[in-house]
Amino acid sequence: MKLLTHNMLTSHVKGVTKGYPLLIKATEVKVNEVDFNPKFVCRMIPKLEWSALVQAADQLGHREDLPGELVPDYEKNEDFLRKVHRVLLEVEVIEGCLQCPESGREFPISRGIPNMLLNEDEA
Amino acid sequence: MDCTVVNNVKAAARRGKEVKKVLRKQLKASHTLLKHEGISTASQPTKNLVVANGGLGNGVSREDLSAAMKQFGNVESLFMPPQKPYAFVTYRSEDDARKAHTQLNGQKLQSGENSVTLYLSYVDSEKHKEEVLVHFPEELALVEDFVSPEEEILLLAAVDWSTSNQAQKALKHRRVKHYGFEFRYDNNNVDKDKPLPAGLPEECLPVLHRCLQDGHINFLPDQLTVNQYETGQGIPPHIDTHSAFEDTILSLSLGAKTVMEFRHPDGRVVPVVLPERSLLVMKGESRYLWTHGITPRKFDLVPACETQSADHSEPNLVSHGGLTLSKRGTRTSFTFRKIRHEPCCCAFPSACDSQGGSSPCPPSQPSLPSCHADATRLEEEYVHRVYDAIASHFSSTRHTPWPRVCHFLSALQPGSVLADVGCGNGKYLGVNPQLITVGCDRSSSLVQICAERGFNAFVSDALSVPLRTDSCDACISIAVIHHFSTQERRLAAVRELVRLLKPGGQALIYVWAYEQEYNKQKSKYLKDHNKPQNGEKSKDKPEEGQEPHEEPSVLTTSHLDNNYTGGLKDDSKMTESKLSVHTNRTAFNSQDLLVPWHLKGRKTRGEEEFSSSLHTTNCPDSKLSPSVDTSQVPGGSSVPVFHRYYHVFQQGELEQLCIEVTGVEVQTSYHDQGNWCVILQKE
Repeated sequence: MKLLTHNMLTSHVKGVTKGYPLLIKATEVKVNEVDFNPKFVCRMIPKLEWSALVQAADQLGHREDLPGELVPDYEKNEDFLRKVHRVLLEVEVIEGCLQCPESGREFPISRGIPNMLLNEDEA
Repeated sequence: MDCTVVNNVKAAARRGKEVKKVLRKQLKASHTLLKHEGISTASQPTKNLVVANGGLGNGVSREDLSAAMKQFGNVESLFMPPQKPYAFVTYRSEDDARKAHTQLNGQKLQSGENSVTLYLSYVDSEKHKEEVLVHFPEELALVEDFVSPEEEILLLAAVDWSTSNQAQKALKHRRVKHYGFEFRYDNNNVDKDKPLPAGLPEECLPVLHRCLQDGHINFLPDQLTVNQYETGQGIPPHIDTHSAFEDTILSLSLGAKTVMEFRHPDGRVVPVVLPERSLLVMKGESRYLWTHGITPRKFDLVPACETQSADHSEPNLVSHGGLTLSKRGTRTSFTFRKIRHEPCCCAFPSACDSQGGSSPCPPSQPSLPSCHADATRLEEEYVHRVYDAIASHFSSTRHTPWPRVCHFLSALQPGSVLADVGCGNGKYLGVNPQLITVGCDRSSSLVQICAERGFNAFVSDALSVPLRTDSCDACISIAVIHHFSTQERRLAAVRELVRLLKPGGQALIYVWAYEQEYNKQKSKYLKDHNKPQNGEKSKDKPEEGQEPHEEPSVLTTSHLDNNYTGGLKDDSKMTESKLSVHTNRTAFNSQDLLVPWHLKGRKTRGEEEFSSSLHTTNCPDSKLSPSVDTSQVPGGSSVPVFHRYYHVFQQGELEQLCIEVTGVEVQTSYHDQGNWCVILQKE
């Protein structure tokens, strides 16, 4: 699971109102080189929940000095874009789990895939 | 050096190679016959030949094969077992057979659109008949002209249809009248302590005494059910309830002939022609284990000019090609049975209600869900587990994205966030690399394939997608919502999709259409029906169609004509709640149904044509899934068949569904290759 995916995921356990962002408990993290495409990263940034991304990167020990607040004029800041690129697309959680911040429900991540299925009484 | 000589030598070498190749293939074919069909070929020439690849199962018609065989001499008989990739030919003389063998072995035969390579081997005459007989129901006998035309008139007149009483019911598909005891269609049994006032009509007695004399029965029946079938009517496949009746069941056909289909739980289907005035005697296995039924249709395919002779103990077979149509008339059957007073202790417990067997109606099929819990159970077994089990084969047939879906994806702004809910193997996740895509699917095996391809994907249910509300610029749901088994759940799926969209965001939904023919155009799904089946279809490359339901290999030629399902409960309410099994690449006859998936197994390289048409794959089915069923494959071999539940949409139904969701507008809707499609926009 890349942090891009994590940024979009939320807890969907029945009755939970504050299910975002999910906490990451990783037991295996990998960093894969991915071609850097500054234009694509630029387009991604406005779609993100910035603080959730920074928090997630932090939890994995890959914060890369990302600021807590989104910097202005990031489009021209290649250094910044590279960091975002790394955090969003190159850092991958292979094993571990995601945890709902409200209910504590854990969703396993195995072979890089989060399993977000709920039991019948949770949906 | 002399060029001609070199060329001749080369040519001879080439010829030698060819001959060897044919020999090799022929040997292989005869091995395959022996191994999978129990047909042993003779090493010495005889009058009889088995023609591998020259069978109805390979799409070879009787006319074409017959014409090819007649070139070499007088053909005494040509026997083409239905759904088999081979045929038997008997010549008047061994010489002719030898000629045919020399000339035809390894030669191509064109039959219609099919071209097959024939491999001939000698067989011992009596043997092949026996071998073929194995495929007929055990202990089933048909006695032709058992009653005279005069008796027929008498018997028909004995049934007074005008009087209405409890024991006479106009069932949906036929008229029924009971004598002796009433057969109750609600519990598929009889009230053994409540005999009807009217016993068996006395006109029946001479017939029954003859049955006793001839040894067909050793007791007199005490129950009679008279069924009258108008042209086009039938009876669903069923086994007469074990606990209700004793072993032997007699059925007299009067007025008109029909074709009755016998089905074994292993998938064998044997159509049996029942001529007027014939007596059918069902005993033992044919009574206890095989289902019998009559497909509702107006015409039957019957052997062209062969009349059934009385000494034929085996029933005639109806097959696909080169046969003649026989119009059905009004047929009245007299079914004589003896009420059983002790529990049944037959040798077929799986089909025996006295011995805790499944029910009198194997194979059991699920019903449409009547409550939420039923719906989730149905989808769990007939959707989720199936996709997990067939994931890799399914994925291998899903490589080409459909053009109009691609068009939608390409039209999205660069940098748009796209969620593919029910993404399967992820074939749409990479179509437009300018998009930020994430996919989810219920099947972890399919999501695993996405991940291996480097896509962002997770496992989730389409009714509860763990993505932020208002987070997506676009969503697609391709061939997903038709897997939900209630209207409520289909609506919830659309609602969930809309929830994910940002205001102004668009969703594209594809569902399978009930109408596979639209604007006089057949969908690719239907058109592919004309492709040669079985053997010829085993190409190395799996194919992909326009529809969500591309069947990679349509092995089924079984005539599951399927508004009907296994079960004696043919009283209308009971049947309609059972889900029917769809016959691949035919028009739908119901909106809720089970669609078979034939799991492709190993292929024998070099001899695909022949061996795969014999369904030689032999996968252990038990480990796969509860919805796996080897029984749908004719011939009794074991290619696993999975059934997926579908609700196919009628025209306008998808739009109706979407309109029910608030805050969304249907922008366009269209029919695309057998699918109904809409584009929604969130307000």
